[in-house]
Amino acid sequence: MMQNHHNLSRPAGQKLRRNKLKTQEWLDELLLVLPASVLLLTFLILPFLMAGYLSFTDQRLIPRPIPTEFVGFQNYLTVLRDPEFWQAFKNTAYFVVLVVPFQCAISLLCALLLNSELHLRSLFRSVALLPLVTPMTVIVVIWAALYRIPDGFLNSVLHLFGFQGYVDWLGDMTFAMPAIVLLSAWATFPFQMLIFLAGLQDIPMERYEAAKIDGAGTWEMFRYITFPGLRNTNIFILIITTLQAFKLFTQVDILTHGGPLGSTNTLVRYMVQEGYSSQQVGYASAVAVVFVILVGALAVLQRVLLKNE
Amino acid sequence: MMKIFNPYKALRTLAAVVILLCVLVPLSMMVTLSLNPSEENILINMGTLHAFIPETVSLQNYKEVLNDPYQPFARYLLNTLLVVFCTVGAGIFINSAAAFALAWGRGGYRKIYLMVIIAVFVIPGEALTIPLLLLVSKFGWIDSYQVQIVPFIASTFSIFLFYQFFSKLPQELIEAARIDGARLFQIYFKIGFPLSTPVIATVSILGFLDAWNSYLWPLMVTRGTEFRPLGVAMAAFFGTQQAYWGNIMAFAVLMTLPIIIVFLVFQKYFVTSVVGSSVKG
Repeated sequence: MMQNHHNLSRPAGQKLRRNKLKTQEWLDELLLVLPASVLLLTFLILPFLMAGYLSFTDQRLIPRPIPTEFVGFQNYLTVLRDPEFWQAFKNTAYFVVLVVPFQCAISLLCALLLNSELHLRSLFRSVALLPLVTPMTVIVVIWAALYRIPDGFLNSVLHLFGFQGYVDWLGDMTFAMPAIVLLSAWATFPFQMLIFLAGLQDIPMERYEAAKIDGAGTWEMFRYITFPGLRNTNIFILIITTLQAFKLFTQVDILTHGGPLGSTNTLVRYMVQEGYSSQQVGYASAVAVVFVILVGALAVLQRVLLKNE
Repeated sequence: MMKIFNPYKALRTLAAVVILLCVLVPLSMMVTLSLNPSEENILINMGTLHAFIPETVSLQNYKEVLNDPYQPFARYLLNTLLVVFCTVGAGIFINSAAAFALAWGRGGYRKIYLMVIIAVFVIPGEALTIPLLLLVSKFGWIDSYQVQIVPFIASTFSIFLFYQFFSKLPQELIEAARIDGARLFQIYFKIGFPLSTPVIATVSILGFLDAWNSYLWPLMVTRGTEFRPLGVAMAAFFGTQQAYWGNIMAFAVLMTLPIIIVFLVFQKYFVTSVVGSSVKG
């Protein structure tokens, strides 16, 4: 009996210990994963699901005596028929179309400069990075001074070139969005510049040396070596610049309040207006869903288009 | 030896100088206007060279900004620092821990977890602000510090960067620690976390910039001066006192200076972090 007990107990004890170890390991893993998971579920996944659900209701920010009702696709129909939404959509698209090529070109140009032989290269780089660390609200205020009418700095520059009168940069429907574009490009071009710079440094020097031997000029080298060599960088930059541009909010909210006549109102600002200022959470959620679909589709489209090129 | 004049190099230098001026003109205007105590002079100077080259140097505007009882600059700065450090600090531990479990844990959930993390990358945070606002107001968090900190601690982007780093650690290293009887938690804390300083630097710098720049969210969830950060305060200040350029620019300089100093000190890490995040991300 005793022997039997012994024989049985040893493997059982080992199994117990192994089970204990396994439980401990699971506990450890849970401990590591849990905090981030709880936070992500609460503040990312839950709001995401809420946006989807709320977009089908007439939820308000502040509770009303009448309970919240399910309204089906009502909010979406209203969104699509709302001229203010379409104006915000057009403005955002206009901003993207202007700012993306402009900003990409400037940052590529700066990266090319920095990558070549240049006096005071490190000083140039440090200074070029300053806008990236200047808070956006500060940048907006500085540019508000530059755009001042009738005698702000930019109008003085125009005078210098013989232009009579002045441009109402922020108050004129034609100039307001381009003015926002200029400011935005100034504020964030260093980010793209740094990424271009990293891409440039990944192109092997031998290719340039070989091209030089073949007698290629500066333009040929850019056209046949640099630009193709930056293919992945270009894709990445195009995607992030576009996504960044779609989120335009701070600049127009402080500088133009979406004006004049709604000509600089953007999708994000329109959503905030509806959800926060007008407290129409259900309706704003529908705008948010449309916004997510737009941005998602754009990211996918860009990726597909550029991969096939 | 004759120095050969290189026209390309001269042209490049010229282009660089032009770009340098484009960057410096707005920034130097901020400083110059902030040093001018006379609002009248500021308006006269705004379109002239004196908008960039100080005519007078006075700290009057700074004194006014720092002593303004309605715009407590010190309070705003404290609020911002607290929010930034808590968000970034807690984020480093929580995100790296999750990433370590994803890289070296044994649960079958890990693949799905990673897929979800990559999928939600595309969701712009701005799109979630309205439901998030409803959520935090149900928690009773409006106008507080936690409303500006807690929702932003966990970040799929940070988890992904940490995961990429941890998953490249040599298998032998982790196995050896396991054989020595170390538990997953210990391996994370004694091996994984200390080794990940480059990623920590990256997510700290990017998180710092993000938190320092945040505007939309604190605008919606803070009501008065008590919990308001610098960014929202600056916008409010600008909105109410549009005429007082000198004070506004002094406020702007005070708000920008700390972050520029941090940038100049950590410039090397700053550049590698921006580049690293994009190449890896």
